[in-house]
Amino acid sequence: MFLNLLPVLVVLCVASTPLAARAATTFELKSVKIDLPDSDRMFPEGPGSDAINNNCLACHSAGMVLNQPALSKQAWTAEVNKMINNYKAPVAPEDVGTIVDYLTALKGAK
Amino acid sequence: MADDGVFHRMMTRRRLLAAASAAAAGAALSRPAWAQSMIDLPLPDGPGARQITTSFPQKGPMILQRTRPPLLETPFEVFDKGVFTPNNQFYVRWHWALIPTDIDTDKFALTVRGHVNQTLSLSLNDILHGLPSVQLSAVNQCSGNSRGFFQPRVPGGEWANGAMGNALWTGVRLKDVLDKAGVKPGAVQVRFKGLEEPVVADAPHFVKSLDIDHARDGEVMIAFAMNGEQLPLLNGFPLRLIVPGWYATYWVKMLNDIEVLNQPDTNYWTKVAYTIPDTPYASIKPGEAGVKMIPINRMVPRSFVTNMASGSKVNAAAPLRGIAFGGDCGVAGVDYSIDRGQSWRQAQLGKDEGKYGFRQWQTQLALPAPGKYSLLIRCTNSNGVAQPDTPNWNPAGFMRNVVESIDIIAA
Ligand code: HEC
Repeated sequence: MFLNLLPVLVVLCVASTPLAARAATTFELKSVKIDLPDSDRMFPEGPGSDAINNNCLACHSAGMVLNQPALSKQAWTAEVNKMINNYKAPVAPEDVGTIVDYLTALKGAK
Repeated sequence: MADDGVFHRMMTRRRLLAAASAAAAGAALSRPAWAQSMIDLPLPDGPGARQITTSFPQKGPMILQRTRPPLLETPFEVFDKGVFTPNNQFYVRWHWALIPTDIDTDKFALTVRGHVNQTLSLSLNDILHGLPSVQLSAVNQCSGNSRGFFQPRVPGGEWANGAMGNALWTGVRLKDVLDKAGVKPGAVQVRFKGLEEPVVADAPHFVKSLDIDHARDGEVMIAFAMNGEQLPLLNGFPLRLIVPGWYATYWVKMLNDIEVLNQPDTNYWTKVAYTIPDTPYASIKPGEAGVKMIPINRMVPRSFVTNMASGSKVNAAAPLRGIAFGGDCGVAGVDYSIDRGQSWRQAQLGKDEGKYGFRQWQTQLALPAPGKYSLLIRCTNSNGVAQPDTPNWNPAGFMRNVVESIDIIAA
């Protein structure tokens, strides 16, 4: 199945030696243009959903957060602060508590 | 594939797919129907539900972990089909969402700069036709592959075991490229950057560094082909750094900038993110503080059954097969146990496609009586390192390589 994919170039596959030097290749690359899908998924409605929708969708889609396991309030606080301090998420200071409470309500550890 | 080899979870998916295509036949709208098929990853305490998506260009059915920037996991049954992971189902992992979607091969250039005699700007033509080509099969595995199985759970990409793949990479040696620029005495590290850009201006660009001797070891390479074809854009077209035996965080995609440094790199992604406890198996106790952290580096051995899922009903004499890899060296052996580790038997290894790649293995089960069995699979690598029988834990969810176990029922 794999072999079907191969142009002539790769037919001499290398088993024991990790690398085989060969002459410069005749392989050619073709330009690529694609469209990536986007996500319009929002956070489930509830107290604080506006704050999280406004602050947490710029860099990654909601799936990043919604696929997370349940975490303690302390862990959610650390996550939000990591976004602000390490990744420069522009979160207004007054929204931090609201977002942490929203996440703890949605995905708080029991 | 034998009947008992069909994944239980995938059967659910197949039913959904069948239903989806039946619906599509009527409505002529196959994409939305496909987009609704789901998989349930067995992550402790969940959530494990994920879509199977076919919406990503140049990619086949993938487990959707995140749409933007894409995190796409390889459905596990793909690993049963061959030793090389097909490009269109090779997992995908990006950090920042500004990923160029239009790459003109005539305009693309790779810069080599910094502590070198002459700065270079290499065209794809210079790279493909101006330097000797080399080939190597190697496993590319996310540092956080299997993170979703950590207990207690940790935040991050919540992958099952499919954030890995094996390909035959064709490209040029990094050493040859560095020699062309002429590394000056006093160089200590080499830093790599791709075309992906942070969404927020002052956020840290994704860059990674290797020590100069590692960069010049003749094995680290710049790939322009994967399994004999150009890389899918989402896997790093047109050029990707290949760091055999090391975690994928170093395998910079859409590589366009190489900077030779005369002092150690202190950037966020090498110094702060992607660090592990400097302890055996990178393991600590949850909550343990004051541990020395070091950049993640070499991979460790792993092995998986690919033709049976946990919960399968099997024949007492069913064939058992799977894949293994040694991590930073080859596979010396794969052993399995049907009695919870009291005794081990050797599986038969398949063809050696190169020490950094997947190695297929197989055996014939001989289950003595009907009933439940817990099968254990253990790889020992050619440095004599075996998979541990207890799971490691660290706060980032890195380097899981515990002996895998699956529960089966003998008919
Ligand atoms: C400025 C960009 C940015 C914003 C805004 C942002 N994040 Fe992130 N986030 C990141 C990056 C970068 C990562 C790590 C990238 C990756 O792993 O793909 C990440 C990862 C995560 C993760 C996975 C765990 C981890 O630590 O890597 C969670 C959970 C998360 N973000 C939650 C949030 C929440 C909640 C918000 C809103 C307060 C938010 N993010 C806003 C950039 C951002």
